[in-house]
Amino acid sequence: MEHSSLAGRIFRGVALTLVLVFFMFPIVWIFLMSFQSNEQILRIPPSILFEPTLSNYQALISGQLRTTAGNIDIPFMRNLMNSFVLSSAAVLLALLLGVPAAYAFARFKFKLGETIAFTLLSFRFAPPLLVLLPLSLYYQQLGLSDTYFGIVWVYQLIALPLILWIVRGYFEDISPDIEHAYRLAGHSWREAFTRIAVPLAGPGIAAAGLLSFIFCWNNFVFALILASADKQPVTVGALAFVTASGIQYGQIAAAIVLSVTPTLLLALYAQRYLVEGLSLGAVKG
Amino acid sequence: MSMAQLLQTDTTARPKPRPRPRGRWLPYLLSLPALLVCIAILVPFVTAAVYSLQRYRLNLPYLRGFIGVDNYIDFLTDPAFWNTLKISLVYTAVTVIAELLLGLGIALLLRRPTRFHNAVSIMLLLPLMTAPAIAALMWKLMTNPGFGILSYLVSLLGVHDFKWASDPSTALFTVVLVDVWVYTPFIMILLLAGLRSLPRQPFEAAALDGVPASFVFFRITLPMLAPYIITASLFRLLDSIQQFDIIYAMTQGGPGDRLMVFQVQAYLEFFQYTNVGRSAALLMILWLITNILSNIFIKNWLRLRERAHGHA
Repeated sequence: MEHSSLAGRIFRGVALTLVLVFFMFPIVWIFLMSFQSNEQILRIPPSILFEPTLSNYQALISGQLRTTAGNIDIPFMRNLMNSFVLSSAAVLLALLLGVPAAYAFARFKFKLGETIAFTLLSFRFAPPLLVLLPLSLYYQQLGLSDTYFGIVWVYQLIALPLILWIVRGYFEDISPDIEHAYRLAGHSWREAFTRIAVPLAGPGIAAAGLLSFIFCWNNFVFALILASADKQPVTVGALAFVTASGIQYGQIAAAIVLSVTPTLLLALYAQRYLVEGLSLGAVKG
Repeated sequence: MSMAQLLQTDTTARPKPRPRPRGRWLPYLLSLPALLVCIAILVPFVTAAVYSLQRYRLNLPYLRGFIGVDNYIDFLTDPAFWNTLKISLVYTAVTVIAELLLGLGIALLLRRPTRFHNAVSIMLLLPLMTAPAIAALMWKLMTNPGFGILSYLVSLLGVHDFKWASDPSTALFTVVLVDVWVYTPFIMILLLAGLRSLPRQPFEAAALDGVPASFVFFRITLPMLAPYIITASLFRLLDSIQQFDIIYAMTQGGPGDRLMVFQVQAYLEFFQYTNVGRSAALLMILWLITNILSNIFIKNWLRLRERAHGHA
């Protein structure tokens, strides 16, 4: 393996280049497109050299889209804010609910705990619409439809299994002897939990939180069903925007860039934990 | 367990500073919130199961009533249902096989942990971190018949009028391409972590003995990597058969019913045809399939988890 032949090295080089082109090209191309005017985008053959313009971003930020048919209001900035609010609130709630439970599941072996942990895990793989469609009818009766709380609550379906299983693994890796010693010194379980266990599992909790944020942000179907226009996150908002704006391709590209930038930056920042998060804590990177 | 002893020694070893929950109840108290979420999931799930046994249309509420398994029996003679089942299975098989082969190939290319390889593997994660619905929009822009760069590139190859997602004969190919773009990195990153965690001795011994590379690959690498391959593939299998975001954002199940997979069909039954009973029955069938798969998945996943944590 270490001493590959020249032909082997050329093959690897070509293969890696093709892989990089396939996976990176769409991101680069849309990024470039977001700095082009519609005339530049519609030009054939497409040009890589062009005079960049910020007008697409300006239109999105001002919320005003000037078209030949008149001005259109685009609530895209509101979508972006909704994504921040919904994802952050969902992660905070999931940490609040999930970290104590993860601790309980790691430290005490009790049947109900295992049942909860595996039920949440198995619903991570159940069709989301199976829960969402009846829930949308319940929400109408409960007055929860189209509320931030209602959406944050269903986001627990994404965030909670992730936090529960990753953080549980981190708690299991901490020897209970440390807490044991601390408690023998006269501290309550609560102090042992908040001052010993949680700080020691801190990196795991932070990683699980960041990953949950990414997955909540990227979710589409929950808000598609439960949120109306003023509560929609960017994933749903961008699609609505495409339908409304029709041929404003530059603005669509700019909206895409704004929608994916936060998660891509977070992913780069948390890349060390991504493998663990993606495998729900089963594989360490 | 040791916790019980711990709590016992605890109560005798120190004065009681303030009242606190009895140790016996502590785990239940801590997991109460998670239990609430569980119930909040299970109630709509049971409701869906009940709906699937009802004639229930939102536009004809007075017709509502139990009809046993009629919704399910209707599927047997309904070509739309068989189309949904077929498309879902084909979509799943094609995406998972393509992503597995490609992901394994890339993981092997990046196996040696050099700085360059690590940088590439991080870059390849970006598509995976893009929201699938947004990824579909990106590809929609690139495959636009008027100005899309990919339409332009295939026209250079002499293929004019390639309509991508809007042509029934190429729609499946197009959404599979988007799925492969988004999810191949998932398989790649898991297999790469697996490859790098394999013990070195078998490979060193094989190299010393001059064992041919193909033999090393099929008899040492693949078998040792098998738990990772199985877990990653089942993960993707479970997500792929439920794919909604990419297909809905790209074509809403069209053109015609060409991409009418389970969840898109159920969504349209519910919101367009307001046929709650039928939509629920469709989702119950999908749940049955995913439930069988997820049981197999969880068994393999637990085995990997034990390996990562050194204990259960």
